[in-house]
Amino acid sequence: MADLRDDAPITTSKRSDGIIDATENLLEAKGHSLVGRSVTINRPRAELYAYWRDFTKLPSFMDNVERVDLIDDTTSHWVVKAPGGKTVEWDAVITEERPDELIAWASTEGADVPNSGRIDFRDAGDRGTVVTATILYDPPAGFIGKVIAKMFQREPAIQARRDLRRFKQLMETGEIATAARTHKQLKEETA
Amino acid sequence: MRALTWHGKHDVRVDTVDDPEILNPRDAIIKVTSTAICGSDLHLYDGYIPTMQAGDILGHEFMGEVVETGPKSTLKKGQRVVVPFTIACGSCYHCGKHQYSACDNANPADNQDIAQTLYGQPMSGLFGYSHMTGGYAGGQAEYVRVPFSDVGPIVIPDGIDDDKVLFLSDILPTGWQAAEFAQIEPGDTVAVWGCGPVGLFCVQSAFLMGAERVIAIDHFPRRLELAAKFGAETLNFEESKTYEALMEMTGGIGPDACIDAVGLEAHGLFVDNVWDQIKVSTFTGTDRTHSIRQAIIACRKGGRVSMPAVYGGFVDKFPLGAFMEKGLTLKTGQTHVQHYLPGLLAAIMEGKIDTTFLISHRMALSEAPEGYKIFHDHQNDVTKVVLKPGLDRVAA
Ligand SMILES: NC(=O)c1ccc[n+]([C@@H]2O[C@H](COP(=O)([O-])OP(=O)(O)OC[C@H]3O[C@@H](n4cnc5c(N)ncnc54)[C@H](O)[C@@H]3O)[C@@H](O)[C@H]2O)c1
Ligand SMILES: [Zn+2]
Ligand SMILES: [Zn+2]
Repeated sequence: MADLRDDAPITTSKRSDGIIDATENLLEAKGHSLVGRSVTINRPRAELYAYWRDFTKLPSFMDNVERVDLIDDTTSHWVVKAPGGKTVEWDAVITEERPDELIAWASTEGADVPNSGRIDFRDAGDRGTVVTATILYDPPAGFIGKVIAKMFQREPAIQARRDLRRFKQLMETGEIATAARTHKQLKEETA
Repeated sequence: MRALTWHGKHDVRVDTVDDPEILNPRDAIIKVTSTAICGSDLHLYDGYIPTMQAGDILGHEFMGEVVETGPKSTLKKGQRVVVPFTIACGSCYHCGKHQYSACDNANPADNQDIAQTLYGQPMSGLFGYSHMTGGYAGGQAEYVRVPFSDVGPIVIPDGIDDDKVLFLSDILPTGWQAAEFAQIEPGDTVAVWGCGPVGLFCVQSAFLMGAERVIAIDHFPRRLELAAKFGAETLNFEESKTYEALMEMTGGIGPDACIDAVGLEAHGLFVDNVWDQIKVSTFTGTDRTHSIRQAIIACRKGGRVSMPAVYGGFVDKFPLGAFMEKGLTLKTGQTHVQHYLPGLLAAIMEGKIDTTFLISHRMALSEAPEGYKIFHDHQNDVTKVVLKPGLDRVAA
């Protein structure tokens, strides 16, 4: 088995125990579903890190995050949209942090959706910076919750991909692309 | 405002919809003065392109007057602009390389999923061309919201008529890029499949790039006549056998470069083509590809094939063996319009390129459904329909 291993990221593994390996990279693992996604952004590493590190700004490109409140330097409170007009909430603490390089977090006890993860920022030469999100989570209310979430397009894997694209748009162009024609349509889209 | 909306196969209507508004800092609102119907619109009209939704506003070839600007737009109210059909941000890696139709950011994040699944990576946004390419409202309307207006639109000096510059929005740069992709060398013979607007601009461009001979292929006498006016030799595929004729016309060598300017609408009374048509119209899979097959078979050994023609899905009986064994090169893609605008505008102003010969019909926006019908049904006489929303305002 071991000699079949390659250099591809663990998040793209076909093996189910890929999760265990991914978890080894996290100080604290919460949840059993794994999402991994990279995007290359044509901006300097420090700039991207700084924007992300101010968690209150994250709702500007994370469509399903309603609000992030800062409790102290390393603890934040997250209010996230869930299917059926509901919200789910949790507190998250930063478990590891390296300026311009890495932000890792884990939810605290009692989270509606236990989760942990890391955002890595790596130089990509004249292409800018590779931003990689690795997220572990427990789908709300298990399997059924995931099915429902998928129906509502709030499935974390899809959401993470779209959020990263929006982050890239915002950082590279200063705005988030929309095909809406009117403010009314735009509001309906992001509702 | 009034706008031409898609409702299904061969069903387009002029409806009243909400006026567009400035939504992002780099936006501008354009009041449309001229907007054309494109061969690509016929693919939508015929129902060949997936991810269309009832009520979508069509049109990707348009120009007009700037009436409103966002705080980051570099345009000024009152300026006349031609708007590229490819929407591009100007700041991503691909825009930096002038590969504007591969822009990473102009396609909204949610719409990129479809193309990512189908093509591996999502392409840029396009005006009025299905949700896979963004779902942007198009230019066959009184007003259009133009995103990234500091990058795309080109300002037209006063005193130059709309008809002279409108085609900078798409088909002129498309014909030019296709000829450039054919890597024409002095003395070359270039064969062009399709004498629609794109093919005719390919003919013009190929000569400007030094082709010695251009052979234009179609079955509409009127369109072949236009190609002949630019110096092309003509080949009517209903009259003559395409491959045999091309071989004889090139002394048994085959054309040095072949350009497919036909695409999904390819006609041909051949079994493979009929089969393609059934499959495309039932969405069971493959595109109609008769012209690209012929181009590959006819092309000389080591020659170049350029394919501005639009295909959307999969292909059956693609002559991959011929392509490999003969060592051909194929270049294709949606046009990187922004890259070509300054040079082509200059060529128009210097009188090196004329585009007005193409326009056969000028109609009011309210007559757009009729415009689609005649462009679709009477291609011999209807070479290009330009809609003028101003004509409605005069009539009202
Ligand atoms: N790459 C781009 O960015 C881009 C931009 C604009 C248009 N296009 C595409 O270019 C193509 C042509 O556009 P157009 O506006 O000129 O379309 P059009 O429909 O007006 O012209 C197509 C012509 O091809 C002829 N034709 C059909 N079957 C043929 C065959 N087997 N052999 C030779 N000729 C044949 C038709 O008679 C017609 O005159 C379309 O596929 C369009 O979608 C691509
Ligand atoms: Zn077009
Ligand atoms: Zn771009």
